[in-house]
Amino acid sequence: MRDDTVLRWSLRVYTAVIFVFIFAPIAASLVFSFNSDRFPSIPLGTFTTQWYAKAFSNPEVWDAALRSVIVSVSSAVLATIIGFSAAYTDYRYEFFGKKAFLVLALLPPTIPLIIFALATLGWLSMFQASGMMISVIIAHTVLCAPFAMAVIRLRLNQMDPNLEPAAWNLGASEWVTMKSVVLPFTRPSIAAALCLTAAVSFDEFAVAWFVSGLNKTVPVMILEILTGNIDPQINAIGTAVFMVSITLVVIAQVLIMGRRPKPESA
Amino acid sequence: MATPLVVFENVVKRFDEFVAVKRMNFEIREGEFLAFMGPSGCGKTTTLRMLAGLEQPTEGDIRLAGKSLLGVKPHERDTPMVWQSLALFPFLNARENVEFGLKMRGQDSTTRRKKAQDWLERLGIGEFAERDVNSLSGGQRQRVALARALVTEPKILLLDEPLSALDAHLVIRMQGVLTKLQRELGITFVYVTHSQSEAFAMADRVVIMSKGEISQIGSSRDIYRTPANRFVAEFVGRNNIFTGTVNATGAINTPAGSFEVDTKAEAGANVSFVVAADVVSLAVEKPKVRNVFTAQLISEEFVGSMVTLFLEAAGGMEVKLQIQERALEGLPREPGQQFFLSFDPAHAHVLKG
Repeated sequence: MRDDTVLRWSLRVYTAVIFVFIFAPIAASLVFSFNSDRFPSIPLGTFTTQWYAKAFSNPEVWDAALRSVIVSVSSAVLATIIGFSAAYTDYRYEFFGKKAFLVLALLPPTIPLIIFALATLGWLSMFQASGMMISVIIAHTVLCAPFAMAVIRLRLNQMDPNLEPAAWNLGASEWVTMKSVVLPFTRPSIAAALCLTAAVSFDEFAVAWFVSGLNKTVPVMILEILTGNIDPQINAIGTAVFMVSITLVVIAQVLIMGRRPKPESA
Repeated sequence: MATPLVVFENVVKRFDEFVAVKRMNFEIREGEFLAFMGPSGCGKTTTLRMLAGLEQPTEGDIRLAGKSLLGVKPHERDTPMVWQSLALFPFLNARENVEFGLKMRGQDSTTRRKKAQDWLERLGIGEFAERDVNSLSGGQRQRVALARALVTEPKILLLDEPLSALDAHLVIRMQGVLTKLQRELGITFVYVTHSQSEAFAMADRVVIMSKGEISQIGSSRDIYRTPANRFVAEFVGRNNIFTGTVNATGAINTPAGSFEVDTKAEAGANVSFVVAADVVSLAVEKPKVRNVFTAQLISEEFVGSMVTLFLEAAGGMEVKLQIQERALEGLPREPGQQFFLSFDPAHAHVLKG
């Protein structure tokens, strides 16, 4: 019994330490975003919202924010469509080279971002397609599709293999079945995939930095401000970005967790 | 009754190298309750799936009401099915599940709603119409699945082991529901099961399948009393199979004894015959009848008012005997007790092959 208690508490402490480790920098950024001192130091100055006011009155920040929203929404939609198609292909069909198809489909996130970014830049430049907003959308779609696929695949794997045949059997063609059975069944995971991929795109810096050119997204703009000088505005913008992302991720998690199949009652 | 509703003509189904169904020819009569029974992998489910269009025959033709089903997509057939997993749509409530087939046929929502509600009432679950299907019990879900398949008023209903997930007492209840429905509606039921009791209890005719072939088609009684071959006799289970050679007097010498049975086989031929467990008589004193042999009691098993005795005859042959428990009153029943067993030659059924 005592060993159990010791183990349980050490696990709790361990988990807490990890959370502190991950969230301390973000928390610090949050704290300093409301601090009146120009430099992040302790003891703190007085509480202020001036950095937020300053950031939000800057038209460049708004431009970048709008661009980030367009990029993340577009790439989330595209990545989810591609991810859904790939996941459904995996669920429904058996074919030669399916393993290779799956590996390739899930590959992009495993490539070091810098390599991925450079390659994308090189590739897009060949078509004179770099430095535009569409460039970032394309790059982010590629980067995000595997996440969408993974999330939707989880849900599809919970689907009774007889569910589609049951719909055909009742008079639904394959297309009607897709619309009236597969999509409703996977809807929570589709919504989760949209949120998750939007969050990934919204936060993503390396690829955006390489391919965005003058069409800066928020993370790129943050770096540019940072390289110029130390400006507490960054804390304000960073906190806002973090809030957007964490909200999306939490929604995605709730959607994924919330629809676990209920235990079959006999 | 006699018009064939479904005809299978030289149907073969191969999956790559594996032959799931070997050249099958049979008819399903209009309005009958036909059960396919056999061990897993015998091809019974494949046969049903070919009828529903979920598998295409590799060779041969399947006709429904005179029309070939070759190339007809599953959604263009009117062969609704009740699935082993039920396959209810989890994102729809009970009534919406039942409405699905009607919706696909373009019926308006008022008609759909009414028909669905009527069917749910008919199956005794009207009050659960608006309930999430995941919150219903197994028996209730089963009824939703039935209503969903029957609401379009089909001529034929396919059932793929629909009761295998239910508790024993529910199985008996649902068997009653199914037979009653089939009689009232007068439509054809094609029922796939591995359970002998389900098939024998409900079906007008039973098809016994083994390794992709039909071993026997017949009434439960025919299959039980006169199995077509050794496989059927063994599969049916409550049979004693004797194997031996015909001697000079025309009797058959088996390890358990020499028996007179009705066979045209010549002396020296190998013959197997079946004696059902419920036609073997038992006595403590040697009775003055034909076909008597001795056996020692090994164990017994109660099934309601009936009891099955397991005995060992000469040559180590296991003999099963099914008898009213009352008939055993007053008899010694310790394991090892020796009994005289006998059977009427008319009750022995000689197997072919």
